[in-house]
Amino acid sequence: MTSKPNSYDNILEIKDLQTSFFTKDLEVKAVDGVSFAIPKGKVLGVVGESGSGKSITSLSILRLVEEPGKIKGGEILFKGENLLEKTEAGMRKIRGNEISMIFQEPMTSLNPTFTVGQQISESYIIHEGLNKKQAKQRSIEMLKLVGIPSPEKRINQYPYELSGGMRQRVMIAMALACNPELLIADEPTTALDVTIQAQILDLFKNLQQELGMGVLLITHDLGVVAETCDYVAVMYGGQVVEYTDADTLFKSPKHPYTVGLMQSIPPHDHDIEGDLSVIKGSVPSPAEMPIGCRFAPRCPFATDLCRTKLPALETDEEGKQIRCWIYSDEWDGAPEVNIHANKERTT
Amino acid sequence: MQTKKELLKVTDLKQYFPIKGGILGRTVNHVKAVDGVSFTVYEGETLSIVGESGCGKSTTGRSILRLDEPTDGQVEFNGTNLLAYNKKEMNSVRKNMQIIFQDPYASINPRQTVRQVLTEAMEIQNSVPKSERNDRVLELMETVGLGPHQADRLPHEFSGGQRQRIGIARALSVDPQLIIADEAVSALDVSIQAQVINLLMKLQREFKLTYLFISHDLGVVRHISDRIIVMYLGKIVEIADKKSLFENQMHPYTRALLSAIPSTNKENKKERIILKGDVPSPIDPPKGCRFHTRCPFATDLCRTEEPVLRTADGMLEGHQAACHYMEEIKTGEHQPTTV
Repeated sequence: MTSKPNSYDNILEIKDLQTSFFTKDLEVKAVDGVSFAIPKGKVLGVVGESGSGKSITSLSILRLVEEPGKIKGGEILFKGENLLEKTEAGMRKIRGNEISMIFQEPMTSLNPTFTVGQQISESYIIHEGLNKKQAKQRSIEMLKLVGIPSPEKRINQYPYELSGGMRQRVMIAMALACNPELLIADEPTTALDVTIQAQILDLFKNLQQELGMGVLLITHDLGVVAETCDYVAVMYGGQVVEYTDADTLFKSPKHPYTVGLMQSIPPHDHDIEGDLSVIKGSVPSPAEMPIGCRFAPRCPFATDLCRTKLPALETDEEGKQIRCWIYSDEWDGAPEVNIHANKERTT
Repeated sequence: MQTKKELLKVTDLKQYFPIKGGILGRTVNHVKAVDGVSFTVYEGETLSIVGESGCGKSTTGRSILRLDEPTDGQVEFNGTNLLAYNKKEMNSVRKNMQIIFQDPYASINPRQTVRQVLTEAMEIQNSVPKSERNDRVLELMETVGLGPHQADRLPHEFSGGQRQRIGIARALSVDPQLIIADEAVSALDVSIQAQVINLLMKLQREFKLTYLFISHDLGVVRHISDRIIVMYLGKIVEIADKKSLFENQMHPYTRALLSAIPSTNKENKKERIILKGDVPSPIDPPKGCRFHTRCPFATDLCRTEEPVLRTADGMLEGHQAACHYMEEIKTGEHQPTTV
């Protein structure tokens, strides 16, 4: 371990991260000034629609962004150390060891030509220097931990022989193999059926508490966030627009986008009369971002200020963050904005 | 739905897909995707089919349109049996029954402009005279919320939500009575999904459409449906009006399914029923009740005898569930047999 004893409260802290993709004559800013923190042992949910930059943020953390993408600036502090300053060899020691990742589609992220056992054993052999036999033994224990029945048998099977839920359990087993301090899970249950999703989330919560690891959970499902997360960062157009603890987010969301998102989901536990409220228009393409607030063209409260000047991500005394002019001194709209009063019902 | 007119009546529909094997390529077994499903869709209503992957909900939709030839059963549309039709007759019936697919990227020809996509449908069905087709295209585009300036654009120039609008416009172009929407909003982002749901509901009011809405999203289903069918492994386990299904569900599977949805409502949290294991293979479905391998209440009776759909005391008319113990589970007389 090269890391010096460092004092830190946050297992991960991202400051002003910038990741862009470069084409011949164009720079597409997929992640444009993202900042958030995950306190030790806590779960942070990152929510956003397609194109909001949530997956690129997670790939940036592990420095897995591929050409023509590039991390342009910012800091990624893992246990107080900036990952962007590490060598590639240093990163390789961290990936799959101190920081693990689970992807959405277990079929494409498991290697179809190796058995489940070989794939889990790999991280024990690489990171902990175990021999094959020991690694296999540990892999069986790990499969047992994630609730796979008869692991001694399953360990010799190939991914295609397993169901979707089983494969996701294998992915979790792989990710947890080396007791990571931070787990990044990118839509880990999106491809699964709800009854299987319930099993996996249940397992996930138990393991997270047992192992005390920090988790970055990327999802578009606010229900999943409510069930599993301590903190939430809402992303839109490559930026964080709101960051707060989960209770506050669901009780009193502040950003018009967060509010719009919550209102547009048809609830399963009560009826809604008439049309659903909607957010008009569609997500802007990262190549043609609005100049002012990214959400201004779709926001029911937008003023000239919003359309011309990008608001900063302001932090209040409790550490909650919001990127919206309504909450600033410069606000030029109505003095009292009822953020929940959006009755946009266009089809 | 005062005078309930039966628009579509499905009786004992079966769809088995053969599995070929061995060197002779003989049929060695069958995937019983849909195994004896009966229901009626009334004119002007939205009937939804929910269930998890592999339960047969999409196959049911496709079999009705004979996109996959059903193995057995009856499909009556406006009182005539569709399965007796030849190909040509079937094609002309499809004018009245349209389908919207989940993936608008895959279901629209990438080389056709919106105008061509919409005109082609009218051409095939010859539903609109040639001279009026152009006007109709623009009218349809307006109906689904696209601008006339977009008529000559190709699908790749549209976003996912707009593409789904094109799919909807295509379905509407022949003035159908019934639209089968197969996960039509599932691939869309929530803010866009709400727009498309509102559009579908507006169109239903305007054109008196009947929807068979296939989805796995129970929130969407609750919002859009009048009645709901829950399927599991090729069978209907429960069918009910929306209120009964969400407030008085009788089948243990329906209850587990509803409890499994993650909720943003932290205060009003119901106890979650976690089902063990996976859905069994439809090649060799369990004997007796198909849900018994995962059901916490299962007994020997469930393992041997298949329950039929029935209405118990305290259930509204038209509400049926297929469970041997639904009354006893409701009253608490029958407790879980496994922990």
